[in-house]
Parts: sequence; structure tokens; C-alpha cells
Amino acid sequence: MSEWIEVGPLESIPQLGARVVATDQGDIAVFRTGDDQVFALDDACPHEGGPLSQGMVYGTRVACPLHNWSIELSTGEAVSPDEGCAGRHEVRVTNGRVAIRL
Amino acid sequence: MKERLIVIGNGMAGMRTVEELLKLAPDLYDITVFGEEPHGNYNRILLSPVLGGELSFEETLLHRPEWYAENGITLRSGTRVEKIDRRRRVVVAADGSETPYDRMLLATGSRPVILPVAGHGLPGVIGFRTIADVETMIDASQRFHHAVVIGGGLLGLEAAAGLLKHGMKVRVVHLAETLMERQLDETAGRMLQENLESRGVEFLMGAKTREIIGRKRVQGVVFEDGREVSADLVVMAAGVRPEKELARSADIHCDRGVVVDDTLQTFDPRIYAVGECVQHRRAIYGLVAPLFEQARVCANHLARLGFARYTGSITSTKLKVTGVDLFSAGDFTGNEHSEAIVFRDPARGVYKKLVLEDDHLRGAVLYGDTVDGSWYFELMRGGVDVSAFRDDLMFGRAHIGDTGHGGGTSTAEMADDAQVCDCNGVSKGDIVKAIRSQGLFTLEEVKKHTKAAASCGGCTGLVEQILAATVGGEYTHPDRKPLCACTDFSHDEVRHAIREQHLIDRESVMKGLDWRSPDGCPTCRPALNYYLLAAWPGEAVDDRQSRFVNERVHANIQKDRSYTVVPRLWGGVATPDELRAIADAADKYAVPLVKLTGGQRIDLVGVKKEQLPDIWGDLNNAGLVSGHAYGKALRTVKTCIGAQFCRFGTQDSIQMGIDLEKMTWGSWTPHKFKMAVSACPRNCAEATIKDFGVVGIEGAWELHVGGNGGTKVRVTDRLCRVETATEVLEYAGAFMQLYREEARYLERTAPWVERIGLTHIRTRVVDDAERRRELYERFLESQRYARHDPWAANRTPEQRLEFVPMQTLSMDAPTVIPAKAGSQ
Ligand code: SRM
Ligand SMILES: Cc1cc2nc3c(=O)[nH]c(=O)nc-3n(C[C@H](O)[C@H](O)[C@H](O)COP(=O)(O)OP(=O)(O)OC[C@H]3O[C@@H](n4cnc5c(N)ncnc54)[C@H](O)[C@@H]3O)c2cc1C
Ligand code: SF4
Ligand code: FES
Repeated sequence: MSEWIEVGPLESIPQLGARVVATDQGDIAVFRTGDDQVFALDDACPHEGGPLSQGMVYGTRVACPLHNWSIELSTGEAVSPDEGCAGRHEVRVTNGRVAIRL
Repeated sequence: MKERLIVIGNGMAGMRTVEELLKLAPDLYDITVFGEEPHGNYNRILLSPVLGGELSFEETLLHRPEWYAENGITLRSGTRVEKIDRRRRVVVAADGSETPYDRMLLATGSRPVILPVAGHGLPGVIGFRTIADVETMIDASQRFHHAVVIGGGLLGLEAAAGLLKHGMKVRVVHLAETLMERQLDETAGRMLQENLESRGVEFLMGAKTREIIGRKRVQGVVFEDGREVSADLVVMAAGVRPEKELARSADIHCDRGVVVDDTLQTFDPRIYAVGECVQHRRAIYGLVAPLFEQARVCANHLARLGFARYTGSITSTKLKVTGVDLFSAGDFTGNEHSEAIVFRDPARGVYKKLVLEDDHLRGAVLYGDTVDGSWYFELMRGGVDVSAFRDDLMFGRAHIGDTGHGGGTSTAEMADDAQVCDCNGVSKGDIVKAIRSQGLFTLEEVKKHTKAAASCGGCTGLVEQILAATVGGEYTHPDRKPLCACTDFSHDEVRHAIREQHLIDRESVMKGLDWRSPDGCPTCRPALNYYLLAAWPGEAVDDRQSRFVNERVHANIQKDRSYTVVPRLWGGVATPDELRAIADAADKYAVPLVKLTGGQRIDLVGVKKEQLPDIWGDLNNAGLVSGHAYGKALRTVKTCIGAQFCRFGTQDSIQMGIDLEKMTWGSWTPHKFKMAVSACPRNCAEATIKDFGVVGIEGAWELHVGGNGGTKVRVTDRLCRVETATEVLEYAGAFMQLYREEARYLERTAPWVERIGLTHIRTRVVDDAERRRELYERFLESQRYARHDPWAANRTPEQRLEFVPMQTLSMDAPTVIPAKAGSQ
């Protein structure tokens, strides 16, 4: 089963930043890039589970706050030479409201 | 229509400039490159290994003809330019064609000096400069037997070693009595000569060539003293001369080379010049590292950015003859103000000479043991004051306890599975493999691909040496390292631009300096944010998203994603009420661990992110503010008990500590900044391993700077003695401000002091009262905007958003769970 769930206004996520959607199965990080693209990943780094939502966003990547791996936001893949993948969720923005597909 | 750029000279400096230019301004020019040689650009340095049969010519090609086509460049190889007509702005080529230009780059390199003795024009007499010369040599070696190399310098010896490998009988003729007399003294020169003689090279020393004889082809060489030797091949390696005739005939100002200014412009503003043909501030360079530096600056101006400056280079050389270890760098001849320290061990075949002037290393020659070459080179280029370890300098880096920096030879001997980077567990084999398989050239690339040297940086020297050993002569140690991969500019250049051009936000820095990526990266963003705030306090706006999470949420992130909270305890002193408030907060928020820190503060460990604003609120209500235990900022001021109670105390260290902390708290610094105050030389507050240390003595205070107690312990340098508490504050503020203005981001005071030297600090902070006061005032001015509690600021409704989820969901049947009152 999958559904689009609205999680809040785009404006509430800082540019080059992220907010968290808390769920009973762990947090989901929702990122907003400098040009207002939005991505959602499980908030757990493939390395040692660092909270990606707390990392620094640049381009379409985020640098994990714990050991500085870079993760590609569009795929959840760690940027080479690191390897691993954070779970990815579909997102869309309609009328300035962000929705995630679950 | 695009402007037309003509490049004359398809060699290493010219093409490097074009490459840099394409990075900065790919579409600015229509580029035409003239090259007399019939190839794409190749790596001239590697001609010696090609001659020695270790590499093929193919392997030395840097730019193939396809590369020119792909980049829209017209390549006219095999075409010599004969004339520049500056009035009509055209160049005339050997084939008679005329090509117009708007701007021009001269990169004609240099030409071997061919001694004008009789017979110098005979077939079989050549220089050692081009691949054609190498082909001539190899061809001769297959048909003839006797070779004579004129000139016992670096180039001549490399030629001799190569010809020897082809089975020729090689004689090296040298004017002086010892080899490489400019670099080596007699003993070392003889050591080198004996080494080469044992391989079969024959030397004729003190021999002046009178004539080259032969009928159809060279047959022999005759010397002034009447000696005569037979020769089927004569290689002239008696020096090179800048190829400046083309420029001179066009009336462009030349001296020994084509004269350029710090922007690489010739006296004709349309015409730039780089490479060996150039004379800059009286110097002519014959090595690629400085030429590449020129290329970078020249490209900056051709791209119309107009702010880079070339101010000259210090160079180093290594003889590329397998089995001979020889390194020289800087000014190794010295002058009347310098002194030389020489170490000789003929038995082991080792010779070392270091030239010092005013406590700075100016030059080095190493023979037989070149392990410390790159370290000496770093000390020279960094302008490091070596007075502190001068006596141990000769014995090398290992001897002064700087771990992780062996030498070229020792890295070569390291086993493949030897661990190089202890932080990330990277072995030598991993690094070598990555360099080979992925074609890495720079330290940055190696860091990125292997993670070696990417964490604490302690193994940087070792990684650089492995890199140098693996890629050989092609590895050029960048003179000024770029700030990060997003830019070619160094920390210092970026800072300079921020100040000169009054840039006050990140966007204008990135735009103005042509950043390669629109948002930068996690390396440059925090650095830029700091530089902007330090340069323009009150004007630059703090860019929250460019701060590492700890500085954004004013707490320290832990591996389980909780945070630590450390309130400021001024000078390490707490009232019972403050302690009660901390204990109450620990209870109320069920803080898992309360710990006394090494900096005399109390750490509440394991606080959840959502709890931060509320726990801060409670602590704020008790008068406590953030301790900045997370920031590149003033950390703690530790104190000892001092004169109030201690039977040995001479000064009120507690009050001094509190006053220092009240003055400096909240300030952002390049790296963390710690202070301590002890009230007597027993030094219970450990002031002599702090960034700024104060030790009270009878009637005065001793001030210390540049200490570090972390990864690599460094004891402070004593700065001076002052009498009053007011002076302590003024000196502390001035020192901190100097550090804030001059150190590079993430450079702690200890390495900074080592890089710039204590004298630099003394002249500004101690000797010159006016300068000290100015620094102090600038510090106080910037503190007007900094002494605010970030915890209080982060409790505003707007900032609180950072700390709460935007939504809470149940996943079974995805539904929104209504937010608890007050948490949105
Ligand atoms: C809390 C504390 C340990 C303790 O419980 O005692 C501590 C904890 C950390 N230190 Fe420290 N250091 C603490 C005192 C020290 C001291 C002792 C001192 O300040 O007198 C030193 C050596 C003195 C010095 O800095 O010269 C020290 C040298 C380091 C270093 C190495 C710095 C260096 O220049 O070599 C690091 C790594 C870094 O900064 O890159 C570091 C980094 C860290 C970090 C921030 C690591 C990190 O990035 O997460 C630790 C944070 C833990 C946390 O979340 O709280 N910590 N650390 C101490 C806090 C002091 C305070 O009251 O504010
Ligand atoms: C054998 C050898 C070993 C070396 N080893 C080292 C080393 O280990 N380390 C190091 O740092 N350096 C070394 N060097 C020096 C280094 O190769 C040079 O410093 C560097 O190549 C100079 O670059 P350049 O562009 O100024 O000149 P070049 O590379 O010589 O390029 C100039 C080009 O311009 C062309 N040209 C000149 N006049 C005209 C004209 N009128 N029209 C058209 N084309 C023209 C020339 O044909 C030439 O191709 C070595 C040099 C040699 C020869
Ligand atoms: S020494 Fe410092 S950095 Fe290392 S584990 Fe302890 S607190 Fe963390
Ligand atoms: S947990 Fe993300 S880099 Fe280690």
C-alpha cells in the first residue's frame, strides 16, 4: 500500500537544510536544496546511522554530521568512494505543501 | 564575436595556462595554439625516463590532438611563428600565413645553450630538450659507440645515465673541478661522481671544449689542454637560455628573458607570457612547479578576473637517476647574512647542507639521504621560524617528534599493508592502488578517494610522500593549496578578496571568485562564513546553514544522535545555586550522564534534540549561558585557586580568568581557542598548553601563546611579561584578534604560530603599542556583536522549528498524529 501524506509547508524547511518527519518506524529526513528541490531519505546514514537531517546540504548532497560521508539526495547512495544507501522516499510539492509517499 | 587568443608555444607552461583558462572562462576566447614541435603537448620532464627506456613517448602525452579539437582549440603543430606584428596585431608563421589576435600568450620556453665552438653544427651534436633530441640519441646509440655529454649538471647527468643504459660509452665533460658545483660542495660532488663512475660513466673534469671535429659527422672533441676524445654523439647540456628572440624582435621589453609583472603581463598589455621564457622580478625558472603557479595567475587575468598575483616561487629539484638520491631546494649558495650547517658522512654516502638566515631555512641540499627533503621544503615555503628546533633541524623531522612524516625513501620501503592513516585505517597499498588505478595526482584527490589524511591530517606528510613516490616527477606540490575542490584560490587569497572587495555574504564571494559549485561544499562553507564574520562584524550575516550541526544547534552531537549541554562556568567557578539549577535540569530532563569535563565545566550528556530549547530555558533562568563547548570559538578559561586561598598564590588567578572569559566569550575563532590562568609557576591550571596562557608571578604576569594539549602536544612560547591585569586583557584581546584575522580556518594557534613564527606575533602584539591597541580595539568592536547567548537566541519560536519534527506519523496506516500542544 502506498499513499501520499502531506507533511507541511515547504517554507518550514530552511533552504540548504532539512526537517524531520517522525514516525514510529524511525525518522524521515526531508531536505530542501538551494534551488528548492525537495528530497526525503531515511534519517540514518548507511555508515553508522548518523542523522542525515543534521548534516550540511550542498548541491543535491548532504554531508553526514558524524563522519562526513556524502550522500546523494536523489538516490540515497553514498558518494564514491564510500558505499551504501539510505532508504529513499518519493516526495512532491504542490501549492507549496510537501507530501511524502509512504 | 569572441576575442581571439593566440598561444605561441605548445609546451608545458602554455598549455597549463590554457587548461586553467578553460576552467575559469571556457567561452571567452577563440584559441589558436602554435607549436613548433609536431606533437600535442607532452611532459618534458619525463624525457629522461623515455631516454632510459622506462617509458614510451605515448605515455608522456599530456594533451592529444583530440583534446584540442574537443575544446574548440585550433592547433597548428609543426608550425613555427616567425614574427609578431604588434601594430597590425597579427602573427606571421613560417608557412607565410598571417593570424590576427586580440590577446596573446607567449610560452616559448627555452633553448639549450649550444657552445659556439668550431664544429658545433656537425650532425650528431645536439641539445637535450625535445623528444626529437631523445630519438636522435636512441638512434645514435644503436649505430655508434662513443657519447660525450658536455655539462655535469642535472640535465647532463640524466642524459649520461640514459645513454649508459643503451650500452654507450659515456664521457661527461665538465668545466669545473666537481659536479654540480653550484649545488654541492667538493665532498658531495665527489661522492656523486664516484657513484656514477662505479656505474661506468667516465668524467673529464676541468675540461674546456675547444673544438668539435669530424667530417660528415661528429668524430671527436678537442679540449683547450690538448686532450682529445672520440665521439659519435655530443650532447650539449651546458644550460638553457630563454627563447625570447620572437618577443625581442617585436620590441617587447626583454632582459635575460621576456620581462613580466606580477600578473604575467609583458610591457604590451595585450601580451602575456609564462614559462621558462619569462623573467619575473629578475628570476628565471627552469622547473615546472613555479611555471604552473604562473599559469594559474596568468589564466586568472586572461579570464578577466584580475586579482591573482604571482610573487615568485621557491623551487626544489631531485635528480631523476635511479639509485642516486639527490635533493636541493631554495637558495643553497647563501650570502653574507646566512650561515650553513653541513653534515657529512662519506662512509654512509650521506651529505646534507642547510642554509639558514634569521632563524629561517633558506635552502637545502641533501645527498644520499633525502628523507627530509619535503619537510625542509615545507619549512622554507611556509616561512617557518625554526629557532625552537634549530639544533635538531639537521636530524630531520622524525627527530623532533613529529610523527607520521617519514621520507620518500622510507615510504618506498614501507610494506603495502602498513597502516598510513590511523583515523580511517588506510594502508599504503590502498593508497598506491588508488593512485595508479584512478590516475590521482593531488593530495585532495587521494583524500577523497581513500579517506587517507581526510580526518585529523596527521598523516598528510606521509600521504604526500607516497603520492610523490608513486607518480614521480609529475607530482607537483601545490605552492598555495586551494581552499577546497570548489575553487582554485587559497585561504589567504579568498580572505584577501573578502576584505579588498568588501564582500559581506557567501553568494558574492562564490560568484566573484568563480566557485565551481553554487552552494560550495562542507569544507568551504564554514570557512567562508567565518572569514565573512571575522572581516565584517555586524555587517556580515551569520549563515546558519553553513555551520556544522554543533554550531547550529549550540550543543555537541553524539553518536546516538543525542546532544551534550555545557553551561559556561566563568573561570571554572560555580555558585551553589548554579549547581542546583544544573542538578535540577539533569533530573527534570532525565539526563543520562552528568560529567565534569577537562575544561572545568559540567557536561550534561545525552540530551535529546527536542529537549534542547527547554533545558536551555531552565538554565538561562538560573543565569547560565552557553559554554560554547562545541564551537570554533572561545572555549574555556581554566583557573587555579590562586592568591585568594592558595599558600603559594601570587596573583588573583580566578578573577583574572573570569575577566578574560567575560571579555572574550562568544567570539568566533579559526579553530577552538582555550585559555588558562595559574597564579604561580607551579601552573596548576596548565596554562602552558593553552592557546593563550597566563601565569602569575610576584608583581607581574607571564603571557604565553600557541600551546596545545591535544593530538600533538605543544608547549606555549613565552610572549612577554606584563605588570597589570588591564595589560593582560589588552594583550589577550590583541593576540586573539591577530589570530582571528590571520590564521586559516581550522588552523589552531599552535600550527599557526609555527607557520608564521613568534617574531611576527611579537612585533605586532608586544613591540608596537599602537598596533596592539588597534588589534585590541578591533577585537572589542567585533565582540559587541558576539557576546550574546546563543541559547537564548535559539529559543525564539522561529528558531525552535529546527528542534521539532515537522510532522509525526504512524506508519501502520499512515496517518498524521496531532502535534502535542506547544511543540510546533
Ligand atoms: C567534554 C570534553 C571531555 C571531558 O569530558 O572532559 C571534550 C570532549 C570532546 N572533545 Fe576535547 N573535550 C574536552 C576537553 C579537551 C581538552 C582539555 C582542555 O580543554 O583543557 C583537550 C586538550 C587541550 C587542547 O585542546 O589543546 C581536548 C582536545 C580535543 C581535540 C584535539 C584538539 C587539538 O588541537 O589537537 C579534539 C578534536 C578537534 O577539536 O578537532 C577534541 C574534540 C572533542 C569533541 C568535541 C569531539 C567531537 O567532535 O565530538 C568531544 C565532544 C564530546 C561532547 O560531545 O561533549 N578535543 N579536549 C572536554 C570539554 C572541555 C570543556 O569543558 O569545554
Ligand atoms: C630532460 C629534461 C628533464 C627535466 N626534468 C625536470 C624535472 O625533473 N622537474 C622539473 O620541474 N622540470 C624538469 N625539466 C624542465 C621542464 O621540462 C621545463 O621547465 C618546462 O617544460 C618548461 O615549460 P615551457 O612551457 O616554459 O617550455 P617548453 O615545455 O619547452 O615549451 C615551449 C614550446 O614552445 C615551442 N616554441 C618555441 N618558440 C616557438 C615559436 N616561435 N613558434 C612556435 N612554437 C615555439 C617549443 O617548440 C616548445 O614546444 C626538465 C627538462 C628537460 C629537457
Ligand atoms: S578524548 Fe575527547 S574526542 Fe576522544 S573520545 Fe574522549 S571526549 Fe571524545
Ligand atoms: S554515520 Fe554518517 S558518516 Fe558515519
